[in-house]
Amino acid sequence: MTNSNDTVLLSIEHLSMRFGGLLAVNDLSFDVKHGDITALIGPNGAGKTTVFNCITGFYKPTVGRVTAHHEDGSKHLLERMDDFKIPQVAKVVRTFQNIRLFGGMTVLENLMVGQHHPLMEASKFSIGGIFGIKGYRDAEKEAMEIAEYWMEKTGLTERADDAAADLPYGEQRMLEIARAMCTGPKLLCLDEPAAGLNPRESDVLNKLLLFIRKERDTGILLIEHDMNVVMGISDHIVVLDYGEKIADGTPEEIRNDQKVIAAYLGVEDDEVDEAEEIIEATSAGSADKGAS
Amino acid sequence: MEYFVQQLINGITLGSIYGLIAIGYTMVYGIIGMINFAHGDIFMVGSFVALIVITALGLTASSGIGIIFASLILVLLCAMVVSSAFGWTVERLAYRPLRGSFRLAPLITAIGISIVLQNYIQIAQGARVKPLQPIFSGGYTLMGGGESGAFLVQISNIQIMIISVTFVLMAIFSLIIAKTSLGRAQRSCEQDRKMASLLGINVDRTISLTFVMGAMLAAVAGLMFLLYYGVIDFYIGFVAGVKAFTAAVLGGIGSLPGAMLGGLLIGLIETFWSAYFSVEYKDVAAFSMLVIVLIFLPQGLLGKPEVEKV
Repeated sequence: MTNSNDTVLLSIEHLSMRFGGLLAVNDLSFDVKHGDITALIGPNGAGKTTVFNCITGFYKPTVGRVTAHHEDGSKHLLERMDDFKIPQVAKVVRTFQNIRLFGGMTVLENLMVGQHHPLMEASKFSIGGIFGIKGYRDAEKEAMEIAEYWMEKTGLTERADDAAADLPYGEQRMLEIARAMCTGPKLLCLDEPAAGLNPRESDVLNKLLLFIRKERDTGILLIEHDMNVVMGISDHIVVLDYGEKIADGTPEEIRNDQKVIAAYLGVEDDEVDEAEEIIEATSAGSADKGAS
Repeated sequence: MEYFVQQLINGITLGSIYGLIAIGYTMVYGIIGMINFAHGDIFMVGSFVALIVITALGLTASSGIGIIFASLILVLLCAMVVSSAFGWTVERLAYRPLRGSFRLAPLITAIGISIVLQNYIQIAQGARVKPLQPIFSGGYTLMGGGESGAFLVQISNIQIMIISVTFVLMAIFSLIIAKTSLGRAQRSCEQDRKMASLLGINVDRTISLTFVMGAMLAAVAGLMFLLYYGVIDFYIGFVAGVKAFTAAVLGGIGSLPGAMLGGLLIGLIETFWSAYFSVEYKDVAAFSMLVIVLIFLPQGLLGKPEVEKV
């Protein structure tokens, strides 16, 4: 089910992040390929969100390099970039575990904020916006179309003028992804997108993510606990435990990896066989569904 | 009745000036959560620039009405540009380095900047009050007068100008905030600065532009103040600033229509109190109103109640 063209989109090299005496991420290296869905999994406290925070400029890593490679051959070192330039220039955007929408603004406005940068350029820092110059009106129209496109894809068209805070939880998640997509990213980083979604909603989410990968040529890096989602849609899985990478491979490889099973279930090696059966049983069904 | 209407007109005029300044307080508070105490002094700087340009142009009441209007637009532009430069510089030098510091730090530098600006103008322009010959004269008699000998209700041209300019500017500003990309960016920064920056919004620049916008409105208010009262000195920024701040809090700090409403109310309370009770206690009346509102309606008239984030 992979359609990756094997070019690297994001490379993380020897990334370490230290908070005082705590080494949250230790010498982590992995690649995210163009057009792949890469999942970052691991038990609670494994350092997954810290990795995300390093990628998206929240933290400056203690050691290591995070590079975004674009198709045109340009490279962007994310850890040196001002955080607003990460989405603007490097085209990497993220969502949060706890939803961070602009609650007081409408759904449409949230999506328009995601397109602030191109609009600001078109409006010559809003001076043109006040006088309604043509370039700005065109840009505004285009932005509106993009917003409408993503509202349609996420099923939010009818909620366009509602305040984001009034949306039910599942729709807020969708809106957050739609807003991230409005920035026109090459890499979309999702921090537990399926958390708190019911099975039907997480199915819709799976479809949306597969659509984004296929149609929008956008790589996806996600943190997820919901194995339905992870095993169902990922092309590539990286497993973290205590800040270190313990496995890296396709869903099949990960499913059969002894260390992963031990980390997840916290069992001794001799009990692994037993645990394996449990995992097999829970994930087999979902893998079939995702492949179809 | 006639007397009342006259006070109403005077109050709205004064309130418009307060409202224009109050917008600067409320926008800055909305976006970075600090009270820019130097804002009143930006207003004072705007007023001085206007006076200097008017004097340089040699504008008097005897100039033709067309020339007066054209020159005033020029004066306004000069005042706006210089004030925005001051506003931008103050933010860049005094507030931005302290962002992320503890909350009181920028407040204290704001007071410091206010003192710096006052003293700078005092040294550069002298401490004496600067008079301006009235440029606009005339007006309209609305009611009263004639044979009945009733109280004469008049609205002067300058009052008409102040009120109409204020309302036009208010409309333009509301439009910018509601409809343009800059306005959306400002509102998003108000709600979640970090998230805004992760969506590609240059937060520092948005904050700078907010200061510039506030300073522009303060410059307009400065020119209006100069034309209306005809005298200014280096200290006007303090009193007007405190009143405008009161207006912003009264209307609900962070709310744009609230600032305007608060400004009008403070102007009206002050005027009516001076007219019916005593001129000496007009400030007491205005500030007592603030105290009462803060006790019974802490979020202000149009402010949103603070919701505890969990």
